[in-house]
Amino acid sequence: MATGDPALGDVQGATNTRQRVTNDFSINVATVNGSGSQSANSVLLKSIFGMGVPVSGKNLFPSNIAGQPTWFLIRASKDGYVARKRDSEILVALNPETAQDDVQALPPGGVAIYEENLKLDQARGNVIFYPVPFDKLTAAICPEVKLRKLVKNMVYVGVVAQLLAIDMAVVESNLRRQFAKKQKVFDLNFGGVKTGFDYAQANLTKRDPFFIEKMNKTAGKIIIDGNAACGMGAVFAGVTVVAWYPITPSTSVIESTTDLLKKLRVTPEGNATFAVIQSEDELAAIGMVLGAGWAGARAMTSTSGPGMSLMAEFCGLGYYAEIPGVIINVQRTGPSTGMPTRTQQADLLSAAFLSHGDTRHPILLPGSVKECFELTQAAFDLAERMQTPVFLLTDLDLGMNNWMSEPFDYPAKPLDRGKVLTAEDLERLGGFVRYRDVDGDAIGWRTLPGTRHPKASYFTRGSGHTDTAQYTENPVEYQAVMDRLTRKFENMRKLVPAPVVVRNGSSKIGFLAFGSTDCALTECLDQIKQRYAKDVDYLRIRAFPFAQAIHDFVASHERIYVVEQNRDAQLASLLKLDLPAAQVTKLRSILHYNGMPVDAESITQQFALQEGL
Amino acid sequence: MATAAPAPKVNHIGLPILDYRGGKSTLCAGCGHNAISERIIDALYEMGVEPERVMKMSGIGCSSKSPAYFLSRSHSFNGVHGRMPAIATGAILANHTMTTIGVSGDGDTASIGMGQFVHLMRRNLPMIYIIEDNGVYGLTKGQFSATADLGSRLKTGVVNDLPAIDTCALAIQLGATFVGRSFSGDKKQLLSMLKAALAHKGTVMLDVISPCVTFNDHEGSTKSYKFMQENDEPINEIGFVASFDEIAVDYDSGEIFEVEMHDGSNLRLRKLHEKYDPTDKANAVRTLMEAHENNEILTGVFYINTTKPTFIDQLNLVNEPLGTLPESLTRPPKSALDTLMNALK
Repeated sequence: MATGDPALGDVQGATNTRQRVTNDFSINVATVNGSGSQSANSVLLKSIFGMGVPVSGKNLFPSNIAGQPTWFLIRASKDGYVARKRDSEILVALNPETAQDDVQALPPGGVAIYEENLKLDQARGNVIFYPVPFDKLTAAICPEVKLRKLVKNMVYVGVVAQLLAIDMAVVESNLRRQFAKKQKVFDLNFGGVKTGFDYAQANLTKRDPFFIEKMNKTAGKIIIDGNAACGMGAVFAGVTVVAWYPITPSTSVIESTTDLLKKLRVTPEGNATFAVIQSEDELAAIGMVLGAGWAGARAMTSTSGPGMSLMAEFCGLGYYAEIPGVIINVQRTGPSTGMPTRTQQADLLSAAFLSHGDTRHPILLPGSVKECFELTQAAFDLAERMQTPVFLLTDLDLGMNNWMSEPFDYPAKPLDRGKVLTAEDLERLGGFVRYRDVDGDAIGWRTLPGTRHPKASYFTRGSGHTDTAQYTENPVEYQAVMDRLTRKFENMRKLVPAPVVVRNGSSKIGFLAFGSTDCALTECLDQIKQRYAKDVDYLRIRAFPFAQAIHDFVASHERIYVVEQNRDAQLASLLKLDLPAAQVTKLRSILHYNGMPVDAESITQQFALQEGL
Repeated sequence: MATAAPAPKVNHIGLPILDYRGGKSTLCAGCGHNAISERIIDALYEMGVEPERVMKMSGIGCSSKSPAYFLSRSHSFNGVHGRMPAIATGAILANHTMTTIGVSGDGDTASIGMGQFVHLMRRNLPMIYIIEDNGVYGLTKGQFSATADLGSRLKTGVVNDLPAIDTCALAIQLGATFVGRSFSGDKKQLLSMLKAALAHKGTVMLDVISPCVTFNDHEGSTKSYKFMQENDEPINEIGFVASFDEIAVDYDSGEIFEVEMHDGSNLRLRKLHEKYDPTDKANAVRTLMEAHENNEILTGVFYINTTKPTFIDQLNLVNEPLGTLPESLTRPPKSALDTLMNALK
């Protein structure tokens, strides 16, 4: 598969074959889905990690169970860049269907390791070919035909390890971890690795310049995907009710949440301190979240674009009736069904205003797996403090791919359960008014069902209501509530996670971005510096509504490039609604929306074009 | 010498019926829904349920407004159209110690809400789900709903040519564990049924025919007061003896189907139809189907199962409400995170 942007042409990536290239290249493993290549890919990735070399993996998989092409991209980067590299220098061609195209997509000087009977060496020039009789080698060591396609993947790991000089001891220890308690499985798999290694050693002459050398840049780091990090965040945020409907690419958020809840949240007596419910659809999932939030639970759901669309009516109810809830949206490529296994950041606008009427929602935007963990927790606190549904938007790239990270920190602050009155409070106060702003923060106090006090109850409704929660069609009473909701939303600018100043020097030009775009954009800053001797500032947005610091950043620059992974410049549009008129014209857009995770080169090229560099 | 005013009559937890009342109804005078609200008040009062321990849930429509007209001292949630089951499910998961009463209508349940209704029934969540069933959409001025009987006629002369959905048959088939039908005009039957419902642990589904005096109470309607008075065919007569009641009821044991409820109460169903066994699921559904063939409106307790585990049992939840568990129980300790981190290195 041409993993580069065809639109931008095959212009870069030329590798000087005479110069040694160490710890700075990308490997593309082309297989068929359902062939069990994931374990092998994971072992290779973790072996590079184990060599102390920063590494990232991207699984480009089809929306299909078995038999369709899959590519796994492994990037080793001594500089710590973890974004997708537009071109992969090394191809492992195990899928006959795509092998020809895959080979054509290699940059000049690239490497193709392939099943020898595919005869790829006739396909093109300027590529170093390593034919390997994978099928024969596998058959020799694996009598069981059923297991061969799995073992074959391990043979490729051995070949790659030998060619790149990856320490076999590191490979072995990773394999041992992967198959922790299954000695027989380990033996079979390691046998595959060794066979590949030995074959390469005996039969292939190293002609390419690519090497993995030991570094110490991964010590103490972890590897995790964003969905698992979100699940972990939810568990350490004390989630009690989880309602969900399966959807790619968010399903593993709930799977990891559920696994952890079963491990960590069962009492010594064997009872659960949580409820996980697979609902009939996303409408029900969000309804359950709101019902649970209303009754005091820390409740969440996780979905993707189509599911979020279904949640629209309920989210308006949550906003207007002021009920906490957390909605994680692992964005995929839209519109409609779109490309379910490809990534995008195109649900920002619909999340911000999801539902009819004057509705708006706070959105948290993690830019790393660590922030997936931290901001999921922040979402629960914000939801209960502000009594409103809170969205956490990640994407398939962040959510389903493996990322290197600093280990996560244990939360420093206790849970913020928001403004809830107990029976004792009511006794002392003599009562309460549900939607009255008694503290000047635009947030009313609430009570939970079951509070044993005659004045505890109130009537929750999505119809027009007064501050006493009574039904109304009175224009003054209706508007008073709406205006307080506006104040409440405005106050959130100070409460949501602040933007991260990546660089704010003396440049006249600034970048604004959010989420997974960050990894490409930080690399892009270095590219711009190297190629054009220019420093560009960059502020990473982590939440809507926008903090004042975002307004200040725009105000202090002449030109702002808003970089995002959607067609319609959704972040720029939201900013334009928020910024003073004089600032709006400063905004320009760099957009990437073909379903592939954005890469630094694409941003740099668009930037250079717009700047006339 | 001053005479003390007689103490108001109270129930067995010491509360007067006043403590069970709600706001003034804004529904039409004579609406069946108002009578149902009255029976709900009576049942909760007579059963001695603490009002603060009740959650009232509803969707959208005339019926769904009615929780405002009973039990002001209970928390209430008037949600979105057809989606009360989801909200109720979430609320019950957050606090399964509550008595939960959901009020829906025939449109709210059998049309827009069908997807959620059927799944609620499957889960056997502990709650009482009442359909205030009048066969028409009231708030939008009288269109047929999906429970309108075949051949039933609107005021405008439009005849319903689609078959009715029998919500009771559906509920039985799908897994509700207490299913009955009543008529808002039958005080005694409805009250007994509601009291038994309060003693049941699991999903109670009650379809209560509740005539719409404005849009569906004319000649040609099969959900009018007159039609119900003429065609109501009780399958059993319901006697309910609460666990705290010591009143002995005279009955001929051969005629009675007796059910011991979870809280020690007794439900006594006097058989009016020959050999009707309300624990026989298949027979219950067949009886309802046959009644449709014969244009009969059966009422009574059609099905009861006191042994099936509820959804809360299946989830094996702690006894305390999940919503108010302390942080010490819901946030794992630092050592747990450290272990997870080490495994990822």
